Amino acid sequence: MMDYQKLGLKAGIEIHQQLDTAEKLFCRCPTVLRDTADRTDEFHRYLRATESELGEIDRAAREEMRLVRKFCYYTYDTVCLVEHDEEPPTPMNPEALDVCLTIAKMLGMTPIKQVHTMRKLVIDGSNTSGFQRTALVALSGALPDGCRIETICLEEEAAQRVENETFSLDRLGIPLVEITTAPDMHTPEAVGEVAEYIGMVLRSTGRVKRGLGTIRQDVNISIAGGARVEIKGVQELALIAEVVRREVERQTNLLAIRDELRERGATVDHTVVDVTALFAETKSAILKKAKAILAVRLCGFAGLVGREIQPGRRLGSEMSDYAKKCGVGGIFHTDELPAYGVTADEVDRLRSFVGAEENDCVVIVAAGRDRAGCATEQVMIRAEMALSGVPEETRKMLEEGSTAYMRPLPGAARMYPETDVFSVAIGADRWNAIAVPELLTDRAARFVREFGLDEALARQVAFSERLPTFEAAVAAGVRPTLAARTLLATCRELARDGVAVDRVTEEEILALLSAVEAGRAAKEAIPDLLIELARTAGSPGTPGERVDAAIAKMAPAVSMADVEAIVRRIVAEREAFAREKGMGALGPLMGVVMQEVRGSVDGKVISEILRRELNDLLS
Amino acid sequence: MRYANGGTALTGTYITERDGMAVVKLDNGYNIGTSPEKIELVGRAAPQPPAGAGVVVQNSDLPDLAIISTGGTIASRVDYRTGAVMSQFSASDILRAIPELGDIARYRDRQVASILSENMRPDLWQKLVRAIYDEIQAGVAGVIVTHGTDTMAYSAAAVRFMLRTPVPVVFVGSQRSADRPSSDNAMNALCSAAVAAGDLGEVAVVMHATTNDDRCAIHRATRVRKMHTSRRDAFQSMGMEPLGYVDYPSLSVSLSAEAVRRGTEEPALHDALEERCGLLHFYPGMPASVLDAFEGYKGLVLSGTGLGHVSTEWIPRLGEMIEGGTTVVMTSQCLHGRVCDRVYNTGRDLLAAGVIEGEDMLPEAALVKLMWVLGNEPDPERARRLMQTDLAGEIRRRSI
Repeated sequence: MMDYQKLGLKAGIEIHQQLDTAEKLFCRCPTVLRDTADRTDEFHRYLRATESELGEIDRAAREEMRLVRKFCYYTYDTVCLVEHDEEPPTPMNPEALDVCLTIAKMLGMTPIKQVHTMRKLVIDGSNTSGFQRTALVALSGALPDGCRIETICLEEEAAQRVENETFSLDRLGIPLVEITTAPDMHTPEAVGEVAEYIGMVLRSTGRVKRGLGTIRQDVNISIAGGARVEIKGVQELALIAEVVRREVERQTNLLAIRDELRERGATVDHTVVDVTALFAETKSAILKKAKAILAVRLCGFAGLVGREIQPGRRLGSEMSDYAKKCGVGGIFHTDELPAYGVTADEVDRLRSFVGAEENDCVVIVAAGRDRAGCATEQVMIRAEMALSGVPEETRKMLEEGSTAYMRPLPGAARMYPETDVFSVAIGADRWNAIAVPELLTDRAARFVREFGLDEALARQVAFSERLPTFEAAVAAGVRPTLAARTLLATCRELARDGVAVDRVTEEEILALLSAVEAGRAAKEAIPDLLIELARTAGSPGTPGERVDAAIAKMAPAVSMADVEAIVRRIVAEREAFAREKGMGALGPLMGVVMQEVRGSVDGKVISEILRRELNDLLS
Repeated sequence: MRYANGGTALTGTYITERDGMAVVKLDNGYNIGTSPEKIELVGRAAPQPPAGAGVVVQNSDLPDLAIISTGGTIASRVDYRTGAVMSQFSASDILRAIPELGDIARYRDRQVASILSENMRPDLWQKLVRAIYDEIQAGVAGVIVTHGTDTMAYSAAAVRFMLRTPVPVVFVGSQRSADRPSSDNAMNALCSAAVAAGDLGEVAVVMHATTNDDRCAIHRATRVRKMHTSRRDAFQSMGMEPLGYVDYPSLSVSLSAEAVRRGTEEPALHDALEERCGLLHFYPGMPASVLDAFEGYKGLVLSGTGLGHVSTEWIPRLGEMIEGGTTVVMTSQCLHGRVCDRVYNTGRDLLAAGVIEGEDMLPEAALVKLMWVLGNEPDPERARRLMQTDLAGEIRRRSI
């Protein structure tokens, strides 16, 4: 167990949440995601790197990257020329700004008087323009536990990567808020809790998108003596604490490696040796087909390059990540050789050829000459960093919570004003008019108090996407428990059984619940009626008409006289059974009657009639 | 600057004042606007070092091209501190921004104006064509003119009428500003350089052929029109196929059979223009009194409806103007197709009044041509004939 206090863990998070607005942030397209199969066209573009974005990579690599930076974009009939980067943006969507201000107010923040939209350079292809539009909207808030909120920004969502260099434009431009906390969390669990709390605040607005990928967390982590590392794209709340634990582990191990390297007097030999000829007869497929194999000697690194620093990750994996920026597939190092078809004999020859001593580790890169040269540079850069500890980096999450290097931490240098968008003034009137919605946690407590729901169900309703339907139903006079059970339990069970309940509209569910409350159908008939409504979804008719039709088909109205006659007949048919079981026959006979009336009559009514008939018979 | 907000103090750099607010770039890169009293000076920013000094050495084995700028920017640089965008005009600046240009040619730079293209004027067309002619006389293999896209087609047509050229004269611009990674400037510039170093022998506009970064189209100067406000492929050849294409990134140039080839023409400059010429877009109900504004004009191009009509009520007034020495040419707002004033009575009456059918000329090309014809041909009858004669590819013999 790590003592995080002692390690000096400081963590903060950035939460990115998509907003559920009618239109995108800087154009009038709807904020809907599409199936890539529905694309209407695709087009190709190049993005040209600017100096500041590629500071770390040498000129040769930059030239190479420039050539391969060709991107393909899928477009749809719900996408316009703005996403195509073929038309200037519209003014900032006021609906999105209002949602952002609402969240800012809920977090106790102070709005910026005049909001300026910026361009943040992003040349990975996820933005057709080569930049992401973003605006700082409010500053300085706090959570109830004291964690400080530094900023909230309103920005446009990037295009979704389909594969490699292909992106889908449906997501590009959906409004997104980015909430950044101060590095005020000191345990992995605290990070998860803060993320969860902010997520709850966001959902309390009722104006945010729900579902996988609509909220993403970036986590900033450092420990004493380590460095600030930003981990991108943690989608699952449950993994946040684990990501933090693993990053602390990684930084701790990197610091231990640094100490050991220093003790050994380790250095990086900057002579790159061409060892292509050594592997002319190799059995390793990768080495055999490579045009060039270059080697770098890391003096005093033996055993440390292969040391695990995080589950599934070694110092060598970090070097490999850096090398991959040059377009190579990876690296080999002597801590893991012989393996991959490289023999012990070849390793010996390699070591002696580059003059490696026992304590040295040799890294080789096999690729085209330019790329291999670029990759060896990168390996040396990363090895030098190991001598000074933990590099500041942006990293991406891998499955299970370990991480890989993405790029250096971005600086303020990549922002410049979006000259095509006017600034927006946020006056006192606008700010004062922003209503603060009830927190979902408060709402759940109110449901317990006012409606008598049990706590679990109340919380489930409050946090559910069906909350608006629930509230509408209760307002229309439906019993809260009936509404809650139908919307959560019944719908979920039916969905699990493969019924397309999501095709039944909110209005239809409301009409159905009202019909049950009015006694036109029994609550037992609800599942059958939902199945019928789902089956006929999209058919013509008002919600009321559709529900009536479903009742007529699945649970036709039965008069009280009819029910009594049915009960009397069934009791008569099973008289021997009834006499033998006495009142114990109530349950089994109930089932028989219910089946006959197919849920047209409330169970309570049948139970009363049946009890009376049995009493008559037995008395 | 220090900025205090809700208990937090942030530092940043003061940029400017806008709508009574102080605009500050915070250290995190964001700009915000705030009340001036909320900020206080804590120090002065060190002056920015001049960026990108130094001259790029050019390959002397490659052909010489002239880059003449009029204010359209092929290259620009962003000052990330203030966000200001600085246009770059020197050959070294341009080569630093688009290094691949150095593989095509050597460049000489020359600036004749630094204006937005909506502020272009006929006297600047003349200044431009003289600069182009000088470069041709100095022996360059081709000329690239960087130009704002709004009125590029007018300038290209004007240059075409005033200049006979044995080498390519290529107009190029960009529809997305050069300060963004997605700008079309680099591809358009590279394609224009490939054309300027290639086998063409006339004035052309080279811009994106489609929304893809896959090829540029080469348009004849007198038949090209900006047909979209913002798309990369806004420029279209009207009534004909483009003269050719440049594939990207291979930069291989293909020319159609009718593209004029290098060396076909002897260099010549006829730079007189009659500036007292107008272009009038007719609309239903437009009063004839509008024509009074053109009193004293030597020429007037009408952009008429359909086959080439204006209201019958205009005809007497037009007759008077023509009588008084104004050359009046009819073109069509349809943009596609040929004027024919022999079909309907209105058209026949227009012809009878002395209006000239402008064939299938684009209204803008007809205006520029009229300026040139009236600037060089004093005889009205001969001027009239010239307006109906194809001088620079502006009139197609057949409509296809």
